[in-house]
Amino acid sequence: MMNFAVELKNVTKIYSAGRSSDAVVAVKKMDLCIPPNEFFTLLGPSGCGKTTTLRLIAGFEQPSEGEMFIMGKPMTNIPPNQRPVNTVFQDYALFPHLSVEKNVGFGLTIKRVPRLEKDRRVAEALELVQLTGMGQRKPSQLSGGQQQRVALARALVNQPSVLLLDEPLGALDLKLRKDMQIELKHLQEQVGITFIYVTHDQEEALTMSDRIAVMKDGIIQQMGDAVSLYEEPANHFVADFIGESNFINGTFEGMEQEWAVIRIGNQRSYAMMSSEKPAQNAATTITIRPERMVISSPGEQEGPGISGTITEVVYIGTDIRYLLELATGQEIQIRIQNRSKENISAFPKGATVKISWVPEDAKILAN
Amino acid sequence: MRRFRNPGGIYFLTLALLLYVPIILLIIFSFNDSIHLSFPMKGFTLNWYAELSKTKELLNAVQVSIFLGIGVSMVATLLGTMGAIAIVRFNFPGRDIITALSAMPLVIPSVILGVSALILYREIGIQLSAWAAGIMHVVISMPYALLIISARLAGFPKNLEEAAMDLGTTYWGALLRVTLPISLPSIIAAFLICFTISFDEYAISSFLVGTQTTLPVYLYSQLRFPKRLPIVVALAAILMVSSILLLVLSEWLRSYGQIDIKRGKKE
Repeated sequence: MMNFAVELKNVTKIYSAGRSSDAVVAVKKMDLCIPPNEFFTLLGPSGCGKTTTLRLIAGFEQPSEGEMFIMGKPMTNIPPNQRPVNTVFQDYALFPHLSVEKNVGFGLTIKRVPRLEKDRRVAEALELVQLTGMGQRKPSQLSGGQQQRVALARALVNQPSVLLLDEPLGALDLKLRKDMQIELKHLQEQVGITFIYVTHDQEEALTMSDRIAVMKDGIIQQMGDAVSLYEEPANHFVADFIGESNFINGTFEGMEQEWAVIRIGNQRSYAMMSSEKPAQNAATTITIRPERMVISSPGEQEGPGISGTITEVVYIGTDIRYLLELATGQEIQIRIQNRSKENISAFPKGATVKISWVPEDAKILAN
Repeated sequence: MRRFRNPGGIYFLTLALLLYVPIILLIIFSFNDSIHLSFPMKGFTLNWYAELSKTKELLNAVQVSIFLGIGVSMVATLLGTMGAIAIVRFNFPGRDIITALSAMPLVIPSVILGVSALILYREIGIQLSAWAAGIMHVVISMPYALLIISARLAGFPKNLEEAAMDLGTTYWGALLRVTLPISLPSIIAAFLICFTISFDEYAISSFLVGTQTTLPVYLYSQLRFPKRLPIVVALAAILMVSSILLLVLSEWLRSYGQIDIKRGKKE
């Protein structure tokens, strides 16, 4: 039998503040299997239950229902100090009264690791996060980025089976954050430890993760790698949360070869068939990424498409963003890569254009 | 440009006139070579201080007050620390009510506390003694400990304790290795404040000490003898100066810690 690094079986967490009417379900019947050495990310807006899930794994919260396993061992009622996991906290939670060295060595001191071995491992950990020579400083004398590295070293030095990271880059400025994302990913490959990473930043999640679970209201909406989440969003929420999406309402008219025929206003278009076939003439929503749509002058191209009017043209350097209103009154946006200068003024504001797409790029969303 | 006057000036003026001037007068008269506390002063003397050290009952009272103060502030600080941890770190039903109630001794007049404790002690048969008074000293000083320490605990995040547990300590280990060291300045400050409260307390003690006179009780009893007045003044001067020193020390400790956590610019 394969051991997962972390396994949650039907885990529910309910916070109740006295009266049962105030109870909040933070995590709902979650099943989760994370194999060893994976960089796994819990992604979602605030209040979606991602941090609670992490705190359940760390042992700071007890599940209301369900079972948990870490490296195959039952962990449901094991306190945090007896779990083979370590946490990097959102605001680092470095001990202000201890030096960097003592912060990093804290876990080893508790485990009574012999002095020489402890010193060696602390030095190695500081080297790993490029903080050699900073050991004598107090956390307050370090920059945000350096504190972040101390927090990492303090966790990694204990050689946990699983490293939990709770929005560790949230407090850093954009440039530093981008650098740290790459660095974290390299670090994870280097140390070969399972990382469970919590963030609300979808770009951060896509950059680093092997696999991402998108959460909302305590439920995992979709789990998969960056490509499958972006290309095959399971529902409206995921399509909207990961990147930008257009949602176009229409009716399902039937099949034509392998493509679904969708009527939008009085025009017909094609979309990928979903796993569940909608009923004939049922209201359907299709989703298409703004960069996968094509604008052309009416009559310029053969084939299906819908017409719309350009309401706004926004030049953003790498791309040109068009806001359009469809004949049905819906608003959508399209991004066209700025590949040549002539493109810039090709479709002015107010122009009526034809909008088309490759059928593979239009997905029928489950209701 | 109009200059605005700092309204703090009125505050400090009032304080200086009504608080510090009498204290300074008291200290000046303690060196006056006369039993009358009035100007013009007759001459400088250390006689009254010398006299103090020869009075056996006085030295006895000093001893009682110091031991009592230490005992009281140890218990009050311990209980205050426990209360502060509960109030700041835990969310439990009735927390707000308990927080409000724990400050009650601050507003109940000491005389009333003293009388009611006397009645209670009679009923349940507690002998009057300095320690019997000490129980009530704990009650009135505990809220100060609670407030001082909880302010400190609120100043650093709960997740420091979680971080310690995450790194392998038990909950108690986290308190011992993280919470207490970080709160230590405020705990010492609380200890010193509790000590001065007990050391200076008169109203409750006067009801409860029985034959074990504490310093303030002794001081008050000496006022009956006009000839002893200058000695009492010298004693009062010592009490005053030592209390002020302790308060300044505890205030310094309190702020010392805050800078460390908040700005983080401590060397």
